[in-house]
Amino acid sequence: MSDIIFLLILLGITYLTGSIIEKRHFDNIKKREIALIKKPIINFGAKTWHTNKKIKKIELVTGECVISGDYFKNFVASLKNFFGGRLTTFESVLDRGRREAILRMREKARGANFIINTRIESVMINDNYQKDTVPQCAIIAYGTAITYE
Amino acid sequence: MILTNIESVPGMTITAQYGLVTGSTVRAKNAIKDIGAGLKNMVGGELKSYTELLTEARKEAISRMEQQAMKMGANAVINVRFATSSVTVGAAEVYAYGTAVKVEPKG
Repeated sequence: MSDIIFLLILLGITYLTGSIIEKRHFDNIKKREIALIKKPIINFGAKTWHTNKKIKKIELVTGECVISGDYFKNFVASLKNFFGGRLTTFESVLDRGRREAILRMREKARGANFIINTRIESVMINDNYQKDTVPQCAIIAYGTAITYE
Repeated sequence: MILTNIESVPGMTITAQYGLVTGSTVRAKNAIKDIGAGLKNMVGGELKSYTELLTEARKEAISRMEQQAMKMGANAVINVRFATSSVTVGAAEVYAYGTAVKVEPKG
């Protein structure tokens, strides 16, 4: 009985903290994305990209982020896993992580005109051998920042 | 050292190429930070100490790759890619690889 009460309290607390942190993070991401709207990322034809304009600086820019879900999200996902379908609780976590990594990359390229050929690399760093571990995802976004003279 | 992840250096011509250069590193944080991350893991959000770890690992992988390229006499590395893998809990491997080349300004 005490185990169930403990579990319910844990779920309640992690639901609250998780949703507050997620909401704040999304608000923050949206604000920063709007601020960077004039600095595009170009991904088509990037490998053979060339220009006749004078280039001042070429730089590899990167952004990293390690994001984790919470206990409540993990619990819901494990229930949903049984029936199949979308695990929406994890979708939002990975979405946040990727957008954060891309934003950090774009913020590092402050003076640049644009970024070409952005790639995103991710890896799960949680313990695979232990059951019921909350997923943690490490994400690196990188691209080439071009600054015109 | 110029690094790009496209197949050229815009505004410059490639005069020589030296082949693949690589750099890798596996890094871990101390046990106290692992415990802190474990707690953060329960409530959710970004694990800042692990992000730091990833940044350090990426910097080191790139600098090792650059050193290798410099030894060959290159002044740029093109088509840089990153690969990551999870070796063990609380550790991150970052692997950077690219083609070392010598570039000269056009004209």
